[in-house]
Amino acid sequence: MAADRPQMPIESGAPDGFQYMHPTMRRNFGLWKYHERPRPGVLKHVAHSGDEIYTIRVGTARILDVYTLREITRIANELGDGFIRFTIRSNLEYMVDSEAKVAPMIEAIEKAGLIVGGTGPTITAPSHTQGWLHCDIPGSDASGVVKSMMDELVTEFKREEMPNRVHITTSCCQINCGGQGDIAINIQHTKPPKIAHDLVANACERPTIVARCPVAAIRPAMVEGKPTLEVDEKKCICCGACYPPCPPMLINDAVHTTLAIWVGGNHSNARGKPTFQKLVAAGIPNNPPRWPEATALVKRILKVYKEDAKDWERMNDWIERIGWFGFFEKTGLPFTKFHIDDWRGARNSLNASTHIHF
Amino acid sequence: MFKAGLEPKLNIIKRYFVSCTQFYLREKTVPKVTIYDTPMLDELENGEWPSFITSFKRLRDDHPDERINSMVGGLLGQLEHSYETRMGWWKGGTVSVFGYGGGIIPRFSEVAEHFPESKEFHTVRIQPPAGNFYTADILEQLADDWEVHGSGLQTFHGQTGNIMFIGSTTEQMQPFFDKLNSYGFDLGGAGPCVRTAMACVGAARCEHSCTNEQGMMRHLVNEFQDDLHRPALPYKWKIKVSGCPNDCTNAIERADMAVIGIWRDEMKVDQEEVKAFVADKGRDYVIDNVTDRCPTNAIKLADDNTLVVNNKECVRCMHCINVMTKALAPGDDTGVTVLIGGKRTLKIGDMMGTVVAPFLKVDTMEEIEYLVELTGEMIDFFAENALEHERTGEMIERIGLVNYLEGIGLDLDPNMVSEPRQCSYVRMDGWDEEVKKWYDKKAEAATA
Repeated sequence: MAADRPQMPIESGAPDGFQYMHPTMRRNFGLWKYHERPRPGVLKHVAHSGDEIYTIRVGTARILDVYTLREITRIANELGDGFIRFTIRSNLEYMVDSEAKVAPMIEAIEKAGLIVGGTGPTITAPSHTQGWLHCDIPGSDASGVVKSMMDELVTEFKREEMPNRVHITTSCCQINCGGQGDIAINIQHTKPPKIAHDLVANACERPTIVARCPVAAIRPAMVEGKPTLEVDEKKCICCGACYPPCPPMLINDAVHTTLAIWVGGNHSNARGKPTFQKLVAAGIPNNPPRWPEATALVKRILKVYKEDAKDWERMNDWIERIGWFGFFEKTGLPFTKFHIDDWRGARNSLNASTHIHF
Repeated sequence: MFKAGLEPKLNIIKRYFVSCTQFYLREKTVPKVTIYDTPMLDELENGEWPSFITSFKRLRDDHPDERINSMVGGLLGQLEHSYETRMGWWKGGTVSVFGYGGGIIPRFSEVAEHFPESKEFHTVRIQPPAGNFYTADILEQLADDWEVHGSGLQTFHGQTGNIMFIGSTTEQMQPFFDKLNSYGFDLGGAGPCVRTAMACVGAARCEHSCTNEQGMMRHLVNEFQDDLHRPALPYKWKIKVSGCPNDCTNAIERADMAVIGIWRDEMKVDQEEVKAFVADKGRDYVIDNVTDRCPTNAIKLADDNTLVVNNKECVRCMHCINVMTKALAPGDDTGVTVLIGGKRTLKIGDMMGTVVAPFLKVDTMEEIEYLVELTGEMIDFFAENALEHERTGEMIERIGLVNYLEGIGLDLDPNMVSEPRQCSYVRMDGWDEEVKKWYDKKAEAATA
């Protein structure tokens, strides 16, 4: 019976954003002239037509319960114009067409326990991953790390007092789904996987796992008459790449899975070319529920950056000026053999000059 | 006197007993849901930043639907268990909807015997409207439907850009998807396939916009929905569109295909606004923060407080325009730069996308269709030539950029390299033919 069959999907793909867009934005599409920031957390865009649109940017817990979401939409409908968007860092944005609506909305937003800010040179909302909450391979809980850290950095979210914008990211495995950031707090495994040999044969496609290893440290083996895998522990770089396709390669460890901090990732082409983040600290305990050691280190780096960087210098611009010698000197962080890259292309990261900082 | 004074006191005592009785009965009747102790998670209810734990507890304690109370209650229990053991306790599986192969992230609990209420806690990935625009009403509709079929928890958006509806059971996937699909939403990508795409706010609200970001994103990803819904590629293929080189979608860093708006004529300078800016901020500020920061020294502040721009040497980095949004703007002859191969760490390390098309006009449908066809070529080439679990950037690293460009039929351009070859160990018979090709292309371009 046709009626019993599920309906075939309509492959409509990404919906058109115009149907959900503020009419002022539809009317002035591609015709914007400039923008200003009247106060932290608020953007004012002015079109060539003279039309204005005000944006109020709001930090949230990223994962929204239906009550919080309805409070957000209630504020949009009752005090605003009913239009909302989200930045790629999960900041919520309300768009309204007049300045008079801004202050009452901010009052309501703050009353609802949400935070207005995240514009311009602030520490904006960290982009992060799912972690223990929902991921199948997490070494940590991104939401908890971010919540704990932002409790202490919330003032910098609300005030535009940093040299330039600061993007923080966190990731719960070394694949780093959280992405590049001015500061990234990422899982760093420090021991090879412990292998549940009795489970490998049934759970894993062994040649795929062998091929997945970036350093060819995995090979097929037999243990107690059962096909399994073994790891050359001297070669193993503890990256965890074998774990997602083969859960018996237990990489996560309550003690030896730690956190590392990376700085200087910058997506923008402004000034220099985009940059990847670089390792600055590791061995930070993965310490729930509030990860105080990670937050303390992030704050230490931010304090020096805030005091020392010039206007418009992102973290990477600042370090380029003061040099890595300057970075480790000013932050007081130890420089170890692990900071010197030995991955492919590593020679390009060495100083082949007499450009020396003193 | 005595009696008159006693009566109110008796009333107070009576009311106290009534309220105690009510409280006692309430405690006995209300919690049909197991409340797991969560001393560690409770710590995350402190502090000013919005707490996701408070959100969860609201669903567990206050929601009228007992299904949601118990499911989120189980989630809290399992999360506390993770905090205590410092381990994750979810495993994957295979769940999808009729007609599709991916798009749902199945999660089955490995500690379901302790927290049976959330033993299945799948996420539905849904492609967001281009530019991440919503009305309050459509957000409410999405939330209402998820409240019926899921946990009442959602995230806007995941790192690739999907709306994530977090937490429900296998049997709820099909009815929830059918509802959303009926009013214009479609499942996102998961696994080795074309993934959900992302566009910046762009022309809708940004004066830097050099292209129709949302339109471009929809042209590029909606053409390949078959490859998005039915994972059959070697690995993922992500598309991100940013309207200017500020690259607010982080496309170069993390998309296999980055499409970035740019212009090739002269940037626009409103000298009156320049003078006003200099008058406001001072010459030193402008020199320190604008001209000195130009990566190619293509801009200088003249004695009469106007800006002189050498557009031939300008690399369109956006810095001066970012600082002086009123005075400076991109030019009018706009198009896009395409960079291919960006990705995160797995497997051979992080890679930026690299330029394969320095400038493409995308004003007409013909021009847009060319880019869509080119994207198809690139996806096909990837499907045929990448090893299993290899991203496009890694494939290009393995086969070389020249082979890639020849494979998809793109012309060489010095803008594709930071610098030419350094090492002389290369076999170069065929040099004359390659030189001829270059001059032929030049001649062809000159007559076109």
